[in-house]
Amino acid sequence: MNRHGELHPLAWWLWAIGMATAASRTTNPLLLLLIIAVLGYVVAARRPAQGWARGFRAYLILGLVVVAIRTVFHIIFGGGLGETVLVRLPELRLPEWAAGIRLGGAVSAEGLASALYDGLRLATLLICVGAAVTLAEPRRLLRTLPGALYELGLVVVVAISLAPQLVESALRVRRARALRGASGRGLRAVRSIGMPVLAMALDRAVSLAAAMDARGYGRSGSVSAGTRRLTAGLLLMGLLGLSLGAYGVLAAPEQGSVGLPSLLVGVLACVAGLAVGSRRVLRSRYRAERVDPRSAAVAASGMVAAVCLLVTSRYDVATAYPSTYPLDVPQLALLPVLGLLIALAPAWVAPSPTSPDSRATERPSATGAEPTPAVGAGRS
Amino acid sequence: MIRFDHVSVRYADAAADALSGVDLTVPDGELCLVVGRTGSGKSTLLGAASGHVPHFTGGRLSGRVLVDGRDTREFRPRELADVVGVVGQSPVDGFVTDSVEDELAFTMESLGMQRPVMRRRVEETLDLLGLAELRDRPLAQLSAGQQQRVAIGSALTAHPRVLVLDEPTSALDPGAAEDVLAALHRLVHDLGITVLLSEHRLERVVQYADSVISLAGPGQPPRYGVPGDVLGASEVAPPVVHLGRLAGWSPLPVSVRDARRQAVDLRSRLSTLAAPATSRAGGSVVLRTSGLTVRYRGGPPVLHDLDLTLAAGQVSALMGRNGAGKSTLLWTLQGALKPLRGTVRVGTEEPSALDPADRRTRVALVPQDPADLLYLDTVGTECRQSDTESQRPARETRALLDRFTPGVDDDTDPRDLSEGQRLSLVLAIQLAARPRVLLLDEPTRGLDYLAKDRLAAALTQLSRDGTAVLLATHDVEFVATVADRVLVLAGGEMITDGATRDVVLSSPTYAPQVAKVLAPDAWLTVAEVARALPVPA
Repeated sequence: MNRHGELHPLAWWLWAIGMATAASRTTNPLLLLLIIAVLGYVVAARRPAQGWARGFRAYLILGLVVVAIRTVFHIIFGGGLGETVLVRLPELRLPEWAAGIRLGGAVSAEGLASALYDGLRLATLLICVGAAVTLAEPRRLLRTLPGALYELGLVVVVAISLAPQLVESALRVRRARALRGASGRGLRAVRSIGMPVLAMALDRAVSLAAAMDARGYGRSGSVSAGTRRLTAGLLLMGLLGLSLGAYGVLAAPEQGSVGLPSLLVGVLACVAGLAVGSRRVLRSRYRAERVDPRSAAVAASGMVAAVCLLVTSRYDVATAYPSTYPLDVPQLALLPVLGLLIALAPAWVAPSPTSPDSRATERPSATGAEPTPAVGAGRS
Repeated sequence: MIRFDHVSVRYADAAADALSGVDLTVPDGELCLVVGRTGSGKSTLLGAASGHVPHFTGGRLSGRVLVDGRDTREFRPRELADVVGVVGQSPVDGFVTDSVEDELAFTMESLGMQRPVMRRRVEETLDLLGLAELRDRPLAQLSAGQQQRVAIGSALTAHPRVLVLDEPTSALDPGAAEDVLAALHRLVHDLGITVLLSEHRLERVVQYADSVISLAGPGQPPRYGVPGDVLGASEVAPPVVHLGRLAGWSPLPVSVRDARRQAVDLRSRLSTLAAPATSRAGGSVVLRTSGLTVRYRGGPPVLHDLDLTLAAGQVSALMGRNGAGKSTLLWTLQGALKPLRGTVRVGTEEPSALDPADRRTRVALVPQDPADLLYLDTVGTECRQSDTESQRPARETRALLDRFTPGVDDDTDPRDLSEGQRLSLVLAIQLAARPRVLLLDEPTRGLDYLAKDRLAAALTQLSRDGTAVLLATHDVEFVATVADRVLVLAGGEMITDGATRDVVLSSPTYAPQVAKVLAPDAWLTVAEVARALPVPA
């Protein structure tokens, strides 16, 4: 059963995938900003208090960086088209053999807008991933994996959760190095901080592996060589089928004959392979994840947004992909806005993540180790 | 329950056996304490009992280890998971999941138990270790003592016959350590679990032990027997045993309670003698804070309106439970943290306004994990680098190191040093800058009695030479030995500031063993008593 008042971990992922699909179906900046606003609001309302959930801000910043890079690249390399010239940069003439590459030159409003739209779409996709990671505890996703994949999955999750610890130890060592009078900058600092941090990470990994071993991780039942070969064969066939099918359906839909059948065969082979492989696994589950109405509602609201945008992109091209040449003012339409507003529902439907009392007793640090200081240690 | 049959262990590339000639049986239901100096093979012995040695560490184990009849040569640690539970020094390093309940269930899941059984056992364990209110809490938000109890609980849910614990209380304040040990004691009595436990601070655990294995060091077989007999002959022993030896008691007491009953005569002899000398008052004020308030981003203040002075030539001890703000205070005094309000002054200067290189010539800090300061690959290069950093003549750091711990080879990798040697190296590096104030955060963690004695001597000498020393610690015996003054921090406020003798005698939590045995007279250490007693004829 789910812990009291928790969604099925896949619910948030499906919701986020819906939002990402919606984002991939438009370049309209108004709609993209609306998607980001919806993601941000839901994250703010339903974010759990645990450590991994503090990363959403990082995804927002990453999104901004993506937009900035896309724009700067356009200004340097891409200028050219468009009548409304905003600014004329000095142009660098390249030798004959590099004809076709232009550096600098005129920057037009049309080109700039198209670059901005594009960057914004990519940023929105990233923020969708960020929202899913923030809202759904990655470890809980593990429990939905079939037994044969569990151990692999656990390794991945443990590896991911080591990243913040790496940052924490880097901060700790940097502060400690300042005690020896180091300024914490330059190549020397990288070595003097990097060495102890890597050593610490290694020590930690080894002691974690030892602890997992001592707790029975990796105990397995015995299976015959024949079963093992059958598992491997089925999985290989499944993956082949999936790749072929995905190519057929997504990239070359006009050759419809191969796509769907191989996709189906792939899925079936994978399921069979995992089922046979899971027989080897002794493990049992303390909690099984269960689909409850609220989880279904959260996932569905994301899907509604995706469908609304899919329909818009098909029948209302001007709204979904506002023209940049000539440059038009992007317009909003009822259907996509309505769809995205429905995706806001999880902010009320999903259960509140933590009761206020457990937030109040939150301790600043785990083991008496130092929390990160708010004010920088004299970086003169 | 655990049978060591002529066991010797030698690690790859090692010149000598890490453990040799271990031939003993720990019977079912016994709490067995493993004692010995750093490097005497305590962890190796514990590892051998769980199959960790040699399956995980490599090396060669000769002889046989049988746990509940299973030979560790044939069973790997994961296949022993249903008979042996393991708890390490740092619980955080061993956590696989991130909430209390899931962590408790992890071993059972690996063993493939039925869900109803798991749920029942998780409930039982939550009650047994007093963790019921914490069941949904993320592990990262628990205090160190709570985390250690979760680690013990997660080893227990699989109902192992043997529990192996490597220094389970080394990071805990006295109160939290009591909680963990009381929980262990209950397990032994209620469930009949066999416990194999190692610990440096014997005064904390020895009264709970049924038997002791004392490891003498490389090449020598261990001694095994009841605590009084084994510790009586061991160089590693708690203060109460040393007191017993001094007074010639037989049998030797291992707990304060036993000692008090035997001490009637000694108390009457001592009460006629002059009271021990009072603490040194200290010289001029070197460091002064006023209205110090510190907080971390978004949090409530960690330190609140703190006024404090440190005097030259005085050793002060800063005590208080885990999370009371001790480390924060040290970092603020050093100047690495800027206070929200209030000032820290060393003479007329504010350390946080100086750049890091100048700051450390005023106030030096040895952090909780001294290894954070080391990054070069040999002791020699670290020392040379330190001479350059502090602009001292060549080999000054090396000379300091030799003063604290002689005989460390220049070519050793700092990571291969023992805890005591590493602390000495960092101390030497920090003192090469000749600071006026020395701050130490938990310096006795992981040190054996000999290393602690050396540290105490070094700190006393430093303060005689005019340095102001402040150390944050949980170690009451060490405070009794070295400190002139004790400060107690609670909830970010200084609740006590007074001479060591007055403070520790007024509180059972902070009183050292000798004080408890000889109360109501004000004696703190065995050395004091030895000095006061007339030499026996």
